[in-house]
Amino acid sequence: MFSTILIVFREILEASLVVSIVMAATKTVPGRGFWVSVGLTGGAVGAGLVAAFAEVISGWASGMGQELFNAAVMFIAVAMLAWHSIWMGRHGREMVQELGAVGKAVTAGTRSLSGLAVVVGVAMLREGSEAVLFLYGIAAGDPGQTPQMIVGGLIGLAGGVALGGGLYFGLLQISTRRLFSVTNALIIFLAAGMASQGVGFLIAAEWLPAWGDMVWDSSWLIADTSVVGKMLHALVGYTARPAGMQIFVYLATLGLISAMARKFGQPAART
Amino acid sequence: MSKFSVLAATLTLAASLASSAFAADAAFSLSLKDHKFTPAELTIPANTKVKITLKNLDKTTAEFISDDFKGGKLVEGGKEASFFIGPLKAGHYEFHDEYHEAASKSRLIVK
Repeated sequence: MFSTILIVFREILEASLVVSIVMAATKTVPGRGFWVSVGLTGGAVGAGLVAAFAEVISGWASGMGQELFNAAVMFIAVAMLAWHSIWMGRHGREMVQELGAVGKAVTAGTRSLSGLAVVVGVAMLREGSEAVLFLYGIAAGDPGQTPQMIVGGLIGLAGGVALGGGLYFGLLQISTRRLFSVTNALIIFLAAGMASQGVGFLIAAEWLPAWGDMVWDSSWLIADTSVVGKMLHALVGYTARPAGMQIFVYLATLGLISAMARKFGQPAART
Repeated sequence: MSKFSVLAATLTLAASLASSAFAADAAFSLSLKDHKFTPAELTIPANTKVKITLKNLDKTTAEFISDDFKGGKLVEGGKEASFFIGPLKAGHYEFHDEYHEAASKSRLIVK
């Protein structure tokens, strides 16, 4: 049962951290609770579907369908995070000034929220489908274990959610004036991490060259499978053995989104 | 077998000359039963990207993973999946099923 707790905890952890960043980033946007719930529900349903059709997905692209699917899902999330980040560059100041008042930014805010709902959904879908497959495997393989599995799964789930909650309330300690610069930075790192992960899947499927299969190996310090490794993976896209291409795409995404947020964020005073 | 070693040697040569991610691959099969891999010790050529096809004969879901190198995949009970590992330097590595680590710990020999 302990291993079930740990496995579910690790799978949920990443999704939970993503959700807490999204929640903090949209602190003053009305209707965020609704959109985050839409994302969570959609992601949970999606996780079930992906798990149910895992074999079909696997069969695409001569056995590399799982990798391509994961990559596609990652890039959708990156696009949505970039969109939000650029939108924040434009409206962040207004949001701080109006502090939760139903302002001019609301329409745009809701639109950007739907994008973030997709990000939440994607995080749930990716991590959730693995948890579902794992738990389903236990249920199918050893029915006697099912009660322990359910209890273990729930404890793991609670642990993952608690950690995300911790990050969320930690972020809320930051004054509203500075909160959005912090969450915007977190979102850009989140996007870069997801882009590098997506590229990692494309390399695994041999759709992209690796440009150096393993530029460094820091697994002796922080292994990808450790809880700290998983947290850093979710937050800043840490991986112990990055390919050159992943590092390139990571830095390119960081630079591109920052530059675009600055460029398109300028005419904030006009609206 | 000799045919294979010629192939492996050619691939190693090709990989070291072109060092391209798109070089042709050598392929190996693994199966998983009662959370144990067969063969328990897998030997693959050094500096070559290798395609592994894992057949999961258990009912439980398994995930091929290593603490020593990247690559691996989730394989549902009764299903099979393929993925790439390497190129790796000569040496000994470990791999296991993420969900049954103690039972499934196996050795990968690269030479």
